[in-house]
Amino acid sequence: MANKLISEMGLPKSIANIFAARNINTAKDALSLTEFELMELLDVGMADVTSAVAHISAVVSPPYQTALFLMEQRLQNEQFAGHLPTRLKGLDDALCGGIPFGVLTELVGPAGIGKTQFCLKISLLASLPASYGGLEGHVVYIDVESKFSSRRIIEIGSTSFPEIFHRKGMAQEMAGRILVLRPTSLSEFTESLQQIKVLLLQQQVKLLVIDSMAALISGEYDQGAPRQHSLGWHISFLKSLAEFSRIPVVVTNQVRSQRRDEVCQYSFQAQKNAETQEGTDKYDSHVVAALGIHWAHSVTIRLVLEAKSGQRYIKVAKSPMSPPIAFPFIITSSGIALLEDDGIELRGQEINTIHCQGLDEIINFDGERMK
Amino acid sequence: MKKTPVFYRDLKNSDSEALESLNVPSRISRFDNGEGSQTIIHGAQNAWDMLQEESSLTRITTSCADLDNILGGGITCKEVTEIGGVPGIGKTQMGIQLAVNVQIPSYCGGLGGKAIYIDTEGSFMVERALQVAEACIEDMSEYSRFLHKDLQAFQVGMQSKDILENIYYFRVCSYTEQIALINYLDKFITEHRDVKVVIIDSITFHFRQDFDDLALRTRVLSGMALKLMKVAKTFSLAVVLLNQVTTKHTEGSFQLGLALGDSWSHSCTNRIILYWNGNERYAYIDKSPSLRSASAPYSVTSRGIRNSASNFKRAKMM
Repeated sequence: MANKLISEMGLPKSIANIFAARNINTAKDALSLTEFELMELLDVGMADVTSAVAHISAVVSPPYQTALFLMEQRLQNEQFAGHLPTRLKGLDDALCGGIPFGVLTELVGPAGIGKTQFCLKISLLASLPASYGGLEGHVVYIDVESKFSSRRIIEIGSTSFPEIFHRKGMAQEMAGRILVLRPTSLSEFTESLQQIKVLLLQQQVKLLVIDSMAALISGEYDQGAPRQHSLGWHISFLKSLAEFSRIPVVVTNQVRSQRRDEVCQYSFQAQKNAETQEGTDKYDSHVVAALGIHWAHSVTIRLVLEAKSGQRYIKVAKSPMSPPIAFPFIITSSGIALLEDDGIELRGQEINTIHCQGLDEIINFDGERMK
Repeated sequence: MKKTPVFYRDLKNSDSEALESLNVPSRISRFDNGEGSQTIIHGAQNAWDMLQEESSLTRITTSCADLDNILGGGITCKEVTEIGGVPGIGKTQMGIQLAVNVQIPSYCGGLGGKAIYIDTEGSFMVERALQVAEACIEDMSEYSRFLHKDLQAFQVGMQSKDILENIYYFRVCSYTEQIALINYLDKFITEHRDVKVVIIDSITFHFRQDFDDLALRTRVLSGMALKLMKVAKTFSLAVVLLNQVTTKHTEGSFQLGLALGDSWSHSCTNRIILYWNGNERYAYIDKSPSLRSASAPYSVTSRGIRNSASNFKRAKMM
């Protein structure tokens, strides 16, 4: 809509010509200027400019829908009312049915905690036939860190859904639906995104997974400001991809250790907390998400995977519908499994912190058990 | 408020003196005639009229009594209020809550209006709006039972469906669309007079990604702010802007601050910052011409925004 031509908007001929003569061709050109700037540039009266701008605005404004209409449409047209069930009952309940279509869902946690396992599992779920509760579609898996394992995906499949995977040819069909892309740089990634857009328009892809987003950036820039902005385009592109094709998009994010000077507060808080600053020892086992606050604003759901006192937890850290809740989980041969479905409701900021205490022990322990 | 009569008398005296000395015909400007008053300069309004109007101004409750208290009753109509905070603190929750609460009918102490929800990020969740709406209806029927005291099942006569139907949802996908829609609001609201709140979630998103020319961004933003203020005044509705936060590197340390820069911070009348204080969510009035800067705890529950759990008992007794 932003690039709609002014000449096609049905403005009075005389005014439309003036716009064209000053090389203001699209709505974007016209609306990026203030009315006074337009007056100056076009050399016409205030009244004309105001009415022209009002006309252009009315044409370009998106139409409204009532929230009721949105909901009814979703219930009618989409599987599971617009959610991809993760088959982790507690988590599905908290998220009103699973990973929602049309928005970004982020997994963040230390290396080895199980982010990729989670991604593999949901890729499989999306490719399952509808009769088994899947989305029966293709999955695009952008594997930046080269961690995708086809053997593991078959293993997860045959232990969690033996009835499907033991049928002849099914394993091949399921695995055949998962397309893996391995971009090695940000520019290659950008290119793949453009290609995916075409694929999505044909409506066969039901899930997009990016593992991981942070790896793309960390290779290219030093820490600091540029990395935020280099992702700006990708963030809005991914969001609009998710939204227009109404598919779930799952993105993983790495962690990094928090720098000491990074105690982020508002200026009005600084004084109050000055006394409590001393003797804090809370940085020892803390890490923070590698992509900063700008990125965090743009994901709709953030799931934190962490290790605390020798136990893995998955936490719903940001979600428009779920209370702050944590589930202990383990990794088995069939993928991620919750130890309990009730979850532990957390209070306060605890939900946002990412612990990695005793992660090595868990990994070794699990490793032995899986043999 | 106790002092009002004194002020009133004083003003009235000086007024009559002034009138005499200026020989202004008495049909112009009597302070106490409320709506019918005319003014010397067209379009101007004197401070007393404004006071009268302000005290009769309606507010939209936030459903959190502590927060309503520091806000003087809720989010004020005719003003632009900006609400900012870190990801996950509850900005969108606040937006959805207000879109529902504006519809509380007048017999339950609400505005009985409709809401416009402008979503620039795609973070509006219908499922959540439904939850909040259902909880709100439950609360209203409880309230009216309490008010009417008759055991007859008093029906609120509203369903969550109606509430969802009265939220006009606009999805904006670029900053051009955002500017266009804000220009168009004037016309839209003229056609839908009962709209009482406009929520923009968030004002920042597109302006943060796609703008290279910062000077232009500032101009466009301030133009937008003026238009929003005008809409708020003309239609006496509340405009609520949700804003993201950003980190600023000042004096050797990182500080959090609302996005869009310093000149933007002049654009709205009230500014509320949501933040974590220890283990609780707090709202802080960062800027307001009429309210004391204060902070109050709140919590986000499955039913929506409510009083913070630790203060819950006290609030219930009131």
